[in-house]
Amino acid sequence: MINASLKQLSALLAEKKISSVELTQLYLDRIATHNPVYNAYITVDAKTSLAQALAADELLAGGGAQALTGIPIAQKDIFCAKGWRTTCGSKMLSDFIAPYDAHVIEQFNKAGCINLGKTNMDEFAMGSSNETSYFGPVRNPWNQKAVPGGSSGGAASAVAARLCAAATGTDTGGSIRQPAALCGITGIKPTYGTVSRYGMIAFASSLDQAGPMARSAEDCALMLNVMTGFDERDSTSLQRDKEDYTAKLHLPLAGLRIGLPKEFFAEGLSADVGSRVQEAIAEYKKLGATLVEISLPNTKLAVPVYYVLAPAEASSNLSRFDGVRYGYRAPEYTDLADMYEKSRSQGFGEEVKRRIMIGTYVLSHGYYDAYYLQAQKIRRLIAQDFTDAFKQCDIIMGPTSPSTAFNLGEKGDDPVQMYLSDIYTIAVNLAGLPGMSIPCGFGDNAMPVGLQIIGNYFEEAHMLNVAHQYQLATDWHSRAPQI
Amino acid sequence: MQWETVIGLEVHTQLSTHTKIFSGASTTYGAEPNTQADAVSIALPGVLPVLNKGAVERAVKFGLAVGAHIAPRSVFARKNYFYPDLPKGYQISQFDLPVVGMGQLTIQVEPLSGNAKPYEKVVRITRAHLEEDAGKSVHGASQGMTGVDLNRAGTPLLEIVSEPDMCSAAEAVAYAKTLHNLVRWIGISDGNMQEGSFRCDVNVSVRKPGEPLGTRREIKNLNSFKYMQQAIDYEVQWQIDTIESGGKIHQATILFNPDTGETRAMRSKEDAHDYRYFPDPDLLPLDITPQMLDAMRATLPELPEARRARYVNELALSAYDANSLTSSREMADFFDVCVSAVGNAKLCANWLIGELSAQLNRDGLEMAQCPVTPQQMSGMLARIADNTISNSGAKEVFRTLWSDGGEADAIIESKGLKQVSDSGAIEALVDEIIAAQADKVAEYRSGKDKLFGFFVGLAMKASKGKANPAQLNEVLLKKLAG
Repeated sequence: MINASLKQLSALLAEKKISSVELTQLYLDRIATHNPVYNAYITVDAKTSLAQALAADELLAGGGAQALTGIPIAQKDIFCAKGWRTTCGSKMLSDFIAPYDAHVIEQFNKAGCINLGKTNMDEFAMGSSNETSYFGPVRNPWNQKAVPGGSSGGAASAVAARLCAAATGTDTGGSIRQPAALCGITGIKPTYGTVSRYGMIAFASSLDQAGPMARSAEDCALMLNVMTGFDERDSTSLQRDKEDYTAKLHLPLAGLRIGLPKEFFAEGLSADVGSRVQEAIAEYKKLGATLVEISLPNTKLAVPVYYVLAPAEASSNLSRFDGVRYGYRAPEYTDLADMYEKSRSQGFGEEVKRRIMIGTYVLSHGYYDAYYLQAQKIRRLIAQDFTDAFKQCDIIMGPTSPSTAFNLGEKGDDPVQMYLSDIYTIAVNLAGLPGMSIPCGFGDNAMPVGLQIIGNYFEEAHMLNVAHQYQLATDWHSRAPQI
Repeated sequence: MQWETVIGLEVHTQLSTHTKIFSGASTTYGAEPNTQADAVSIALPGVLPVLNKGAVERAVKFGLAVGAHIAPRSVFARKNYFYPDLPKGYQISQFDLPVVGMGQLTIQVEPLSGNAKPYEKVVRITRAHLEEDAGKSVHGASQGMTGVDLNRAGTPLLEIVSEPDMCSAAEAVAYAKTLHNLVRWIGISDGNMQEGSFRCDVNVSVRKPGEPLGTRREIKNLNSFKYMQQAIDYEVQWQIDTIESGGKIHQATILFNPDTGETRAMRSKEDAHDYRYFPDPDLLPLDITPQMLDAMRATLPELPEARRARYVNELALSAYDANSLTSSREMADFFDVCVSAVGNAKLCANWLIGELSAQLNRDGLEMAQCPVTPQQMSGMLARIADNTISNSGAKEVFRTLWSDGGEADAIIESKGLKQVSDSGAIEALVDEIIAAQADKVAEYRSGKDKLFGFFVGLAMKASKGKANPAQLNEVLLKKLAG
């Protein structure tokens, strides 16, 4: 049961082989057993989840069910969910009960899905290892000493450990794809504007995008069908016709032109990851694809540009956490300025404070032109690199992360080393393109390796097709860790 | 020693949308604290701004009214600072790309002192941009603590920035009044100054003629024209005194205290904020299409300036009358109804500027609340114009219209106010008086012209006030001449 795909679960529910309440209870039991070790969930509320499951069972019995009705989904703790504690991995919001639903939560509620709980994450989605969470690190189900990646580390760990049927994540610089790679699961970050950001706590507004994390491309497609759609409450939400992301899954790949950016296979990529990615590409050749070497000349600038723009936006986005209206307020202070200072310095963790400082600096008078404006210009050049590349190929492939999962604490003292683990994913966010990661084998340390697939704007269905065909031909995605 | 004053204004006009600029919360004034603060107004985690189209339309309408360039694309920016009544920790405003560019406003200046004559002046408007208002900190709200009311947070404002084109308090006040009239005239703001819908920041500096601009100080948040004038006068004198006694002016933000009539520094430039403006990534650039421009242009009424010119050129009214009649759109529209019904523009103008305005003042009413409709007023004015009633009769009709309503003709009838215009009757009446007052007539005829009023009074009394005054005058003159 726990290895069943969403499609299979949906069939089992429809055929009454299992009820949503039973399925939900099964996952809740697994969470109760394993979460103390993996710490994938920050908040679980069995009563609420089971009540939702009961309602879903009524829908299933009454014929009002949709594709995913009755299926338990884990929600990243960045999405406001009415009545649920919504922490964003921070002390600042450790007691915050959201009074409203994010668009993504609404969509899953409407689809009849069960909210299984809120998954752990790097504080305010700032991190690549899930070590910045106020609620403690998450462990990688493939090796408890290793990190699950981040910021959607709890979601990736929960999916890999079969602590949910599928999960949601968000991706600002790789926060879906990198943990998906490190935990051996499938995750997709759609084109910017495809999933409404309403109710998703902002890190860097121009880069943040929600997407599904699951065990296969097919599962991701079904999840994406629920999550996407125009939402007038998000001005950056795109007004497009609703798309069925499963529609193209079956298409053969003959003639597919895969672009391989030479910059993605250069110095900094560990050998085992490079080999697994090459093997995956060889598999694609067997499936009828042709390979094109391409260049994304500004790749090197992606990380520095990102670490100007994302902190700039974050420094402003996080100003609302001031201890005045909700969230953490320091217990003692002398005056208003002192209240701000103490509440924010006690309520935010180190990494968040570091980024607020960087962001404040780059927006300051006298530095704005040199940093922020310059970074915006390079951002356009990076996007142009991709536009040029897609003239020569249909899809771009490469590694998701330069290495497999590292150990907890290994990169903790060196933020720049940590930032470099997103070197292949960040440019995709800067360009607003869709990107995904699928498992393609294991590294020397027996930890999963992720293959990154980057598509042109709105090419999610095609990317899922490309991933799905690979997953029909291989079984990396169905390997499960022993826990 | 000669000094020149240089003044520029920044005016915050609250736009008259029903909902806030970035959310659906109500903008109604005076609600219980925080009852109009929705998720966006209190900046809950995860909420996003959605631009209110009504606010954009009003900004565009203003731009067109001052002949400004409307930016085909403008950008919302975040102005970052911490304050409890600023829930997001930033204000969404427009910075380097405002929706309204350079425009201008013609003002009629009435000098406040001396025998100087009224004159016209053109003030350039640098820009006008959309932004959201902050909430209110209510100091001492409970147990000596400061409370925060976020009802106002997110209310749409249009900040209108002028060039430093004004050189006296009179010009600054004339500009502010003209602007205040305009925003109400075109229906983008209620302009209610008590409720803070029209707030002025005044930048003041002084210099010697021919010298570069002096250092300015900004008087914040003036919400009455009277205070504006007092504040400027005080500030100008203070700056001159400071410089003349060897001091230097430092850039500062200052407040005017109406109780003392003085200005006082609030913060100096040294502790000015670095607002870290940057484009708001939650909002798309604001595109104004030519279609929208056309649609907005079509909704613009005839503007006060054009109306004033029409009154002078086509209706031959004096500049003073034209100014008074265009001091509000309600007044001008009222006047237009009367003129088209009655014809006699000067008569209509006199009554509206005179009796009607005085009565409104006495009752503390705005033109919009006038109990007499333009149709009722026209009914009465028409009877003055055709000599059915005298001026004093008309006053009685007006008083009745004001207090009891009704229709002029019926009031004239029931009160017997119809004046006597029968020349035979008037002549007979005058003959009687001349016969009875032989002594006075002789005195008059021997050169005591002043006695004429005496005869008029007698004749009027004899006619019980109903004689047509013009006719009576004519007959008296003729008959007294002998």
